[in-house]
Amino acid sequence: MVSKRNILPEGLDTFPKLLARNAKQWANVPAYREKEFGIWQSWTWSQVAEEVDALAMGYLALGLNEGDYVAIIGRNRPYLYWAMLAAQAAGAIPVPLYQDANAEEMAYVLEHCGARFIVAEDQEQVDKVLEIQDGLPAVEQIIYYDKRGMRKYEHTHLNAYEHVQAEGRAGNQRLAPVLAERQAKLGEDSTCVMLYTSGTTGKPKGVVLSNTNIIASAKASAEFDHLNAGDSVLAYLPMAWVGDFIFSIGQSCWTGFCVACPESPETMQADLREIGPSYFFAPPRFFEGLLTNVMIRIEDASPLKKRLFHKFMAHAKKVGPDLLDGKPVSFIDRLKYRIGDFLIYGPLKNTLGLSKVRVGYTAGEAIGPEIFEFYRSLGINLKQLYGQTEASVFITQQPDGQVRADTVGVPSPGVELKIADNGEVFYRSPGVFVEYYKNAESTADTKDAEGWVATGDAGFIEESSGHLRIIDRAKDVGKMADGGMFAPKFVENKLKFFPNILEAVVFGDGRETCTAFINIDLNAVANWAERNNVAYGSYQELAGHKQVYDTIQSHIEEVNKSVALDPMLSGCQVHRFLVLHKELDPDDGEMTRTRKVRRKIVGEKFNDLVDALYSDATKVSTETEVTYEDGRKGAIKATLELRDVAVVPVVKEVAA
Amino acid sequence: MSESYVTPDGRTIGGKVLEMRNITLRFGGVVAIKDISFDIREGEIRAIIGPNGAGKSSMLNVINGFYHPQDGEIWFHGEKRKPMKPYQIAKQGIARTFQNIALFKGMSTLDNIMTGRFNQMKTNMALQMIWKGPAEREEQENREIVEKVIDFLEIQAIRKTPVGALPYGLQKRVELGRALAAQPRLLLLDEPMAGMNVEEKEDMSRFILDVNDEFGTTIALIEHDMGVVMDISDRVVVMDYGKKIGDGSPDEVRNNQAVIDAYLGVDHG
Repeated sequence: MVSKRNILPEGLDTFPKLLARNAKQWANVPAYREKEFGIWQSWTWSQVAEEVDALAMGYLALGLNEGDYVAIIGRNRPYLYWAMLAAQAAGAIPVPLYQDANAEEMAYVLEHCGARFIVAEDQEQVDKVLEIQDGLPAVEQIIYYDKRGMRKYEHTHLNAYEHVQAEGRAGNQRLAPVLAERQAKLGEDSTCVMLYTSGTTGKPKGVVLSNTNIIASAKASAEFDHLNAGDSVLAYLPMAWVGDFIFSIGQSCWTGFCVACPESPETMQADLREIGPSYFFAPPRFFEGLLTNVMIRIEDASPLKKRLFHKFMAHAKKVGPDLLDGKPVSFIDRLKYRIGDFLIYGPLKNTLGLSKVRVGYTAGEAIGPEIFEFYRSLGINLKQLYGQTEASVFITQQPDGQVRADTVGVPSPGVELKIADNGEVFYRSPGVFVEYYKNAESTADTKDAEGWVATGDAGFIEESSGHLRIIDRAKDVGKMADGGMFAPKFVENKLKFFPNILEAVVFGDGRETCTAFINIDLNAVANWAERNNVAYGSYQELAGHKQVYDTIQSHIEEVNKSVALDPMLSGCQVHRFLVLHKELDPDDGEMTRTRKVRRKIVGEKFNDLVDALYSDATKVSTETEVTYEDGRKGAIKATLELRDVAVVPVVKEVAA
Repeated sequence: MSESYVTPDGRTIGGKVLEMRNITLRFGGVVAIKDISFDIREGEIRAIIGPNGAGKSSMLNVINGFYHPQDGEIWFHGEKRKPMKPYQIAKQGIARTFQNIALFKGMSTLDNIMTGRFNQMKTNMALQMIWKGPAEREEQENREIVEKVIDFLEIQAIRKTPVGALPYGLQKRVELGRALAAQPRLLLLDEPMAGMNVEEKEDMSRFILDVNDEFGTTIALIEHDMGVVMDISDRVVVMDYGKKIGDGSPDEVRNNQAVIDAYLGVDHG
């Protein structure tokens, strides 16, 4: 058993202590920024400490007890980060919630943690809470930040954020000693925060993270990437997500860097450009979307600009990643890259708001190698990491100079890894969560007595580099009829890297061969159709178009070639496919709200199509029920073509 | 009706802001408005409805001084109003939006809304060109007011977008923004929801109610969507062929036989 004692430096083992240090050490350094009324407003660390104290004392005045849970609902705003810090300062535990959660999902979490205090951003969130309040006897006080539209509400249990702060300031004499007393009791084992996992399977679970978990992870990762008080980050990902808590509270308080909040979710791109963060995180989807936009705009640019762009991008692809990794590059190539940087890369990075990015991360899902290389060739140090809420984010990450598209890096500092016999990845670290709140059973299922945590992902450690490669969700990994490993996501990700393919679902568990459903990406394919004068009347017609089938077939054949190279997974080549007549949709239950395909449901719903793929037929007729956005239901009929795809013959190694 | 009244949702409506007394407006031989009287009270949302060609827009144009009625009197805040130019009336605190969007299409959202502050700017053009001292200060003050309007209408993302490139629903919102930038005491809205889809109408209704609630602005609006009118207005004037055929709360108007006849048609046989 790894001892968790004394991992943190003396005097810096809780957030109130970190905040006090920052207020002294970086008194006049900006800690938070937010764009409001068209201007970036900023708060220094000493101002933040004052705001947090005032709110914490306000909480006390309203009767917040030690160990209470304080739910925080809203988008990324400094005030809500302070609401979390203030909860910690008052000896309570912050529980940030997803602001787009519906009332029912919110009710479950609020009931489960028994929150007495709720800090809501605005009227919309207050309304949601009031709607479900009858089922939540524990809720006593609701504090809202934005006063708009709130005047007519009954205010016996409602308070404006600034009034709570004013109350706290007024009671300073009386409340400051109580606050100090409560903070003195906190230590490295006190609960720092409780975060609910999004719950793709079953109800959300409350992950309890201690100060050690968060601060040790923040410290280790900040040192790994040499983050310091001069860095800045844009906080735009949901506050309820562990990553945001680590970046915007953990690492920020540890290193003293500045957290900037966008003006509104829609202005994120413009705000990104204005702030020019040096440390940036985004899911692969963000980088994909950005690249697609760039490419569309280049298509519309003048011929000269287009030629310059393509010429220099080709050069960047050749030497950019090597330059970033510090590998030797000839003088002429360096010179050419410098010219390209002046003409193309620099202005492009500036437009994207990524000029100053020193450390960039992407995680959550696999990123297409092409997309990944594009950003790296521009000189943006984009890296991958692999993490979980239960690990306080970091399990593995890529060190500078060892970045590749197909791995997720080496174990983060302090993390131990092991791979079980079935391929599942286990880890152990100071960041490992304390428990699932009120759920000893799940805790025991996930974390064993020695502190090893099951990730639920299957993967292996590459011997040549020591990097971890993730193959698939462990429960999705199956066996082909001949005993070979079946990893659908591995193949699907390769397929999805083609811009024309939005989603792919690969079948083959327990069968001789693999087959696939394909969803075309309407944006990309419609754009192609327009440029090539292909007429079509509907999504369905475009999806069934012969030339579209031809294109998809060539994509799959390319994927087969690359899959055949992998000795473990060469049996997963796709033999037959069809292009679906409708987009997979969360409203029809085919995907989760976070747009992850529900493989099992798709397989059951379209079982006639799956059967057809494993028959000799070349065509199949089907009828599918669809749900429209307003909840009405309808049906669409279609006749789909089934196509065979060339596969690369695999020479089976003779077992020794 | 007494001097003030309380609405079902608990707002207190004050005294008369504007009173139209026996207004008649003629264009040559055509009588657009025939001897109409009604009032608008402090803090209320007052709707003017009626079939096409009933004279609703003419009525708004009379209120804000585009048209001068041949007969009748207009009383504003207890004083009889002399014939005035539209800009003079605007200076008294009356702002409006138009049925067909009347924005500067090539200018950004921000600049368009900024024009709503024009009447409040005092420095002369020469100073504004040098942009020093008072001119700079004045622009900053006005920009602050405009930014609050942008925040209020949640259009930060289109602050710098040319208005011509915006979808219709957003253009309508920008136009409302320009009217709000003038910080009017009385806001006239000419079909704020025409041509919008259901969601855009809901948003616009919310903004109208919020303007009324947050700033206490008195609002007079013309609207065709009966559902919206009945939901958000406190009192309704009904016009038909230039005449007033009904006046009262939405419920009273709904049950008024003359109104039903005007909307559903009556058997003239």
